[in-house]
Amino acid sequence: MRELRIHGRGGQGSVTAAELIAVAAFKSGVYSQAFPAFGVERRGAPVQAFVRFSDTKIRLRSQIYEPDYVIVQDSTLIKDVNVFSGVKEGGIVLVNTEKGLDSSVPAGVKLIQIDATKMALEILGVPITNTTLMGAFAAASGEITLAALEEAVRERFSGSLADKNVAAARAAFDLIKGGA
Amino acid sequence: MKAILEGSHAAAEAARLCRPDVVSAYPITPQTHIVERLAEMVADEELDAEYICVESEFSALSACLGASAAGSRVYSATSSQGLLLMAEVCFNVSGMRQPIVMSIANRAVGAPLSIWNDMQDSISLRDCGWIQLYAEDAQEVHDFHYIAYKVAEDHQVLLPVFVCFDGFILSHTYEPVDIPTQAEVDAFLPPYKPYNMLDAKNPLSMGMYATPEYYMEFRYEHDKAMARSADIIRKVGKEFGQKFGRDYSNLVESYHLDDAEVAIVAMGSISGTIKDAIDEMRADGKKVGLLRIITYRPFPAEDIAKALKGIKKVGVFEKNLSVGARMKGCVGYEVKDAINDSSVSVLSYVGGLGGRDVTISDIKKMVSEIEAGRGDCFLGLRQELI
Repeated sequence: MRELRIHGRGGQGSVTAAELIAVAAFKSGVYSQAFPAFGVERRGAPVQAFVRFSDTKIRLRSQIYEPDYVIVQDSTLIKDVNVFSGVKEGGIVLVNTEKGLDSSVPAGVKLIQIDATKMALEILGVPITNTTLMGAFAAASGEITLAALEEAVRERFSGSLADKNVAAARAAFDLIKGGA
Repeated sequence: MKAILEGSHAAAEAARLCRPDVVSAYPITPQTHIVERLAEMVADEELDAEYICVESEFSALSACLGASAAGSRVYSATSSQGLLLMAEVCFNVSGMRQPIVMSIANRAVGAPLSIWNDMQDSISLRDCGWIQLYAEDAQEVHDFHYIAYKVAEDHQVLLPVFVCFDGFILSHTYEPVDIPTQAEVDAFLPPYKPYNMLDAKNPLSMGMYATPEYYMEFRYEHDKAMARSADIIRKVGKEFGQKFGRDYSNLVESYHLDDAEVAIVAMGSISGTIKDAIDEMRADGKKVGLLRIITYRPFPAEDIAKALKGIKKVGVFEKNLSVGARMKGCVGYEVKDAINDSSVSVLSYVGGLGGRDVTISDIKKMVSEIEAGRGDCFLGLRQELI
């Protein structure tokens, strides 16, 4: 079983991201489970959401303390929240950052930095980064296919909004694939 | 069809496919997504039902009671304080033998205010005369609604059912669920045939005065019906298994109990975490098993005694607290009574209250306590706060 923890702020779509990644994983043919850290949601407050991936049925219900993957939607969280807590050796941390990170990740953990806000502004016209980061996650982790992610996004959004979000996911996917 | 969806929507989809005539509910976290979805279904004409908007849970279940007495198939859902506000009506529904099905997204009860999960709400209504089923995962959340209606409406039973599942932990989690077609559900669950109903052409009264010469016999019949429901649940659960491939003919589930030296007893979603913990402990040579109680009412005492036969150390994980009770949790007492053997240690462990996360490591600690004979206590307290 592999586990993903998403750190964001209320309003950034962390829970939606977790749900869509789980839907995409399901469409990619594995068992998946997505759930939020059940807080009292407030815009701007630090939030977490979780995804599990497994080749067999998932029974575990606890929150995720030793993730294989971490997505940080907003790098300003790093000074408030220990986003790297418990990440497994060989794990991947994907951080949305404009300036680049000055903090270091734990030994043996791969750090991928992406300016998802800039990409989202260019493609979507709004600084909502979750579909961009999902595309980057698909490329970095290999847990979900780009096709399954596109399908999941199109089920959730419609019309030009779906097209733009698919374009954002694809651009980030290509960027990470190209850079990897 | 396999789909991936939120536990709340797994409940709402099942409710829709059961073709209720009337839905009445009052939104409360974490039940909200269920009734929002049902309201959408009615508005979008995906569900041909009357959705009665009300100003409180008391009114919601009262509206359901009236609709059920008039011969309708009725659905509701609630949580926590909402269920407690319905308490009086719950006794009336079961006493009038109305086969209403209600989803309970289990949540702690204030004060202090908590929107998070435990089972204090439905366990506090243990004695209100409803059948209580506890689901482990979203698939069971979904399937139990079909079984609930079929059992409730059986003329040998005629009792309402709580379909209980852990708030947030199941209600707000996305996971795969196999959803049958309407035709498949229709073939399993025929239209509701009331045993009797309010009818102006054939007048009758329900819930009238029962004087001391009559009241006790009504209560006796109520208890007999609950006892009969055990076999009806087995029969309906078996039929469901034959039609849909998921067998629910047992009121309890045994996991690695055959050679177990220590048994954990639990209800609901925590059972999944316990199963994973057992796999890890077994890999380390510890002979631990799980007994999961699916029907809290009717309480499957004989099934429990049979499943736990020969096991000398039993620990009950309790997501409820009976303040002032020696064992602390409610379920432990009945498990101890079911085993009825003074050479067996049966201890309660109150945990996961108000949404406190329970990990595999917490379960391993619980097993160490069971082995050491220490129990009837809280599990996972933060000592620095006490």
